[in-house]
Amino acid sequence: MLNRFVAATIIFAGMAYAPATRAQNPPQRESGKNIHREGWDRIVPPQQQTGAPAPVRDLSGIWEPIPGYRDGVFATGPRGYPADGKPEHELPFTPLGLKTWHEHKPGFGTTAVPIAENNDPFDICDPIGFPRIELFNLRAIEFFQNKNQVAIIYQNDQVFRNIWMDGRQLPKIDDLPEPRWYGYSVGKWVDDYTFVVETIGLDERTWIDNVGRPHSDQLKVTETWHRVNHDVLELTLTIDDPKMYTKPWNALDKFKMGLQPEWFDIREQVCAVSEELDYTKTVAKPVDAAKKK
Amino acid sequence: MKSKLVTTFLALAALLSISASVFAHHGNAAYDNKTMTVKGTVTAWVWTNPHSFLKFDAKDDKGNVVHWLGEWNAPSTLINFGITAKSFKPGEEVTVTMRGMAKSGEPIGRVEKVILPDGQELSMGNER
Repeated sequence: MLNRFVAATIIFAGMAYAPATRAQNPPQRESGKNIHREGWDRIVPPQQQTGAPAPVRDLSGIWEPIPGYRDGVFATGPRGYPADGKPEHELPFTPLGLKTWHEHKPGFGTTAVPIAENNDPFDICDPIGFPRIELFNLRAIEFFQNKNQVAIIYQNDQVFRNIWMDGRQLPKIDDLPEPRWYGYSVGKWVDDYTFVVETIGLDERTWIDNVGRPHSDQLKVTETWHRVNHDVLELTLTIDDPKMYTKPWNALDKFKMGLQPEWFDIREQVCAVSEELDYTKTVAKPVDAAKKK
Repeated sequence: MKSKLVTTFLALAALLSISASVFAHHGNAAYDNKTMTVKGTVTAWVWTNPHSFLKFDAKDDKGNVVHWLGEWNAPSTLINFGITAKSFKPGEEVTVTMRGMAKSGEPIGRVEKVILPDGQELSMGNER
């Protein structure tokens, strides 16, 4: 009888601790191989494919680009329109849009310049802003939602956005109190699995992407978040700025993100001014110094 | 101090046709496509955004100490390849292979792999 009690106790204890054990797999360092880890250094399992249906009107959870966590880096511009010189990726610039783009000096793309000539605002740790937060280094994100709003937190630059769904309407752009780095956002469910967000009032100092595509105060961004099933979320992001572009364009078109385990800790990835200054002093300026004789 | 400095300077410069590697923050325009391997002594391992960098000293073929700097990816990427904030300690002798050297001629390159004193190799494999 006593043995049965002991055995039952051991089994119960094992069951109680099983989730924690699964989440705390031991470190296995093997350099040269890409073994994805979350912020607490735990190995992230392969993307789950349960095939389960999506919950209704629910985006909550932690998401990362799939198939690989680095697929949202978009160093040379967003997936839909990289700055690679291909005709199909030429954007419909207005004359002002083209002129403004050429005034921007990015580190990547067809207009890339050496580091010392770069005037990328994010390279001096200005807020990355919206929509660039989704068009450059789109890493892990987490959705929180209640009846009034959806909030998104982003790994990159440790920022958050609020999307209101309490019935308020977007004002006219000219009626906004001030521009904001991340704008003013209103969202609505257009069906049980599709959440559409419109954002205006974006600060003109930000770039749209990592290759310096510009925007004006008239920019309106539309995000369509479509939950395909339990495991997969798709993002389509549309840029509409009549001052800079002759027609709207999709920077992302059904870009896929995968649901991560509940224990996934979003890594800290901030732009620290002191680190940026150290990088500039130690690397950027010397690397661009005049060639020695 | 000199005794702590390294020893051998292997400058094996080779022109290779490689595709531009991607450092997602500042860009590639200041680097060429050369590859160089240098044996030196770690002076600092700077684990910061937007890029980490390894400082190490080595002597050139005339015996002069050269202060090298190897730029590497952001911590948020390196951590997935077994490279951590504790991977290098000052005073360790390492062999650093860099792919992409500063066009300016400064002793700066982009790290491809590092061999530690015990022979362990740290790299991102085929990814950069």
